[in-house]
Amino acid sequence: MTATTAAPQTATTRLSAYGTRIGRSRNALTAGVLLAICILFTILSPYFLTQANWLNTSTTMTQILLLGLGQTFVIISRGIDLSVGANLSLSGMVAGAFMTGVLAPYESVGEVPSALIGAALAIGTGLLVGIINGLLIAFLRIPAFVATLGMLGVCSGASYLLTNGQSLSGIPTAIGTAGNYNILGWIPVPVIVTAIVVAVAIYVLSQTRFGERTYMLGDNPDAVVRAGINDRRHLVAVYAISGALAGLAAIIAMGRLASASPTAGANAELQAIATVVIGGASLYGGRGTIFGTVLGAAIVTVLLTGLIIIQVPPFWQVITVGVVLITAVFLDQQKELRAAKR
Amino acid sequence: MSLEVREISRTFGGVNALSNVNFDVKAGEVVGLVGDNGAGKSTLLKILSGALQPTSGHIVADGEEVTFTTPHVAREHGVSAVYQDLALAPQRDVVSNFFLGKEVLRTGVSGTVFRRLDRPAMRSKVISELARLKTNLPSVDVEVRNLSGGQRQTLAIARAASWCERVLLLDEPTSALGVAQQAEVLQLITRVAESGIGVIFISHQMKDVLAVCDRIFVLRLGRIVAELDARELDAETLIGYITGAIVQDRSSENLERNTL
Repeated sequence: MTATTAAPQTATTRLSAYGTRIGRSRNALTAGVLLAICILFTILSPYFLTQANWLNTSTTMTQILLLGLGQTFVIISRGIDLSVGANLSLSGMVAGAFMTGVLAPYESVGEVPSALIGAALAIGTGLLVGIINGLLIAFLRIPAFVATLGMLGVCSGASYLLTNGQSLSGIPTAIGTAGNYNILGWIPVPVIVTAIVVAVAIYVLSQTRFGERTYMLGDNPDAVVRAGINDRRHLVAVYAISGALAGLAAIIAMGRLASASPTAGANAELQAIATVVIGGASLYGGRGTIFGTVLGAAIVTVLLTGLIIIQVPPFWQVITVGVVLITAVFLDQQKELRAAKR
Repeated sequence: MSLEVREISRTFGGVNALSNVNFDVKAGEVVGLVGDNGAGKSTLLKILSGALQPTSGHIVADGEEVTFTTPHVAREHGVSAVYQDLALAPQRDVVSNFFLGKEVLRTGVSGTVFRRLDRPAMRSKVISELARLKTNLPSVDVEVRNLSGGQRQTLAIARAASWCERVLLLDEPTSALGVAQQAEVLQLITRVAESGIGVIFISHQMKDVLAVCDRIFVLRLGRIVAELDARELDAETLIGYITGAIVQDRSSENLERNTL
C-alpha cells in the first residue's frame, strides 16, 4: 500500500488530474517527436515534402499501422503477438496461390470477384492464425511470447513451402489497380481503408464493453476472472483481431507490389511492436491508445522512408527501428520509476 | 434473510481442516470469525464463497439448502467475498472498477448490437452508491493506483456490498491499514450491515472485531470452540478462547440445537 494515512482530498484530486494529463502529454510528446523528425528530413532532403513521398509514406504506413492496431489490443491485454509479420506473408501467399492456381485466368469468375475472393481468403487465413494463437495462449496456457514465436516459425515456413519460396505474380490486376490508386491524386485507397479501421478501433477500445475489458484484463487478469468474465474467450478474440488485421495488411501489401511474396511481412512484427510501444502502450498491459499507435506508426514509417530519401543504405532501416524501440521502452520505464518514487 | 452452515466438515488427504462446523449470520448483523493461523478460517471462507466444496454438511440460505459449486453460484445466491488482494485494476478509474463484469450498456442499437457502454449512467450509479454508504473517495474519476490503501479497501467493500444481496465475506479488511483508515473501514462495515446485509468479518485484529461485530465465532483446530456475544467481551478473554486457555461449555447449547 502506497499512500499515507488520511491523504488530503485535494492532493488525491490533483493526482487524478495528473493521471489524465500523463496520457495527453504522452501523445503530445509523441507528436512533437514526429514533427521534429519531419523537420529534420525536410532540412536534409528537398524530396521529403513532395507529393510522391507523401503517397509512398502514407501507403507504407497503412501496412505498419494495421499490424500496430491489432498489436495495440494484444499489448493492452498484457500479451504480445510476434506472429503478425509471418501471418501477413502466409495470408498473402494463401490468397495469391488460390487466385493464381485456381481462379486464373479469371475469365470465368471475373477479375473483381476473384480479387474479392482473394481478399476474403487472406483475411480468413489471418483470422485463423490469430484464433490458433488465442487458443494456444488462453486454453493451453502457453505464454504469448512462446506461442506466437512458434506460430511465427510455422507461418513463415508454410508461406515458403506453398511455392518453394517463389513470389506469385499474375494476381488479378484489380488488386494492383486499387492498391495503387490515389483519390484526387493525393489519397491512396489503402489510406482510406486504414482510416476506417482506425475509426472502428478507436470506437471499440474506448467506447465498448469489449475495449473496457481488454484494458481490465491487462491491468489485473485475476480481477477479471474473479468478476466472472470469460477471460479465455476474450483473449482468443484479441488475438483473432490481430490476425485478421494481418490478413487485411497482406492484401494491401499484395496491392502495392501487384504480387504475393513470402517475404512480404519480414521484420513487420518488429515494426508493429515498435509502433505500439512508441505510441505509449505499456508492455505490462492495461495502458495504450489507438491514437498513440497512429502517431507511433507515423514515426516508424517516416524514419523508414526518410532514411531512403537521404540515401542511407536500406539495411540501416531495421537497425534504426530496433534502436528506437529499445529507446522508447527505456524512456517509458524511467518515467514509471520516477512515478513510483513520487 | 440468513445464511447458515450446518455440520460442515472438510478434509485434505486425511487431515481435518474443519470438523462439524455450525455457523450462521442473519441480515443486518456483523459476525466475527476469529482463530489462530491454521484454525480453518480460510477453508471456511472458501467454502462459503464457493471456491471450495465441503466434504460433508451443507449450507442453508433462508431455510433452503444450497450448493455453492463455484464463486459464481455463490454470488447468484447473494453471497460475495472481498479477498485481501481486493481484485482492483490499478490503472482504471473508480467507475470502471466498480462495474467490472457488470458494465451497463446503452439502450437501443448502440448498446445491444455495438455493445457501447453507458458511462454517464455508470458514473451516476457509482456516485449514488458511494454516497449511500457515506464513503470518502475523493472522486469516481480517479485511477485506483492514486487511491490510498484505505480508499482501495473502501472501494472494494462498497463494490461488493452494492452487488451483494445477502451476505458479504470480508477477509482481513483492516490488516494493512493505518489507524484512521481502519476506523473508516469499520464504519463502512457497520453501514453495510445497517443496509440489511449480513457481514462475516474475518480478522486477526481483536480490537476491530470487538468494535464492529455483534457475535463472534472462535475457530480452533477446525472446530467452533465458542460463540460469543461481542458486547460483553474484552480482547483478553477473546484471545483466551482463541489460544484454548478458556474453554466454553457448549454441551448445553448443542443440546438445545439438537432438540430444536
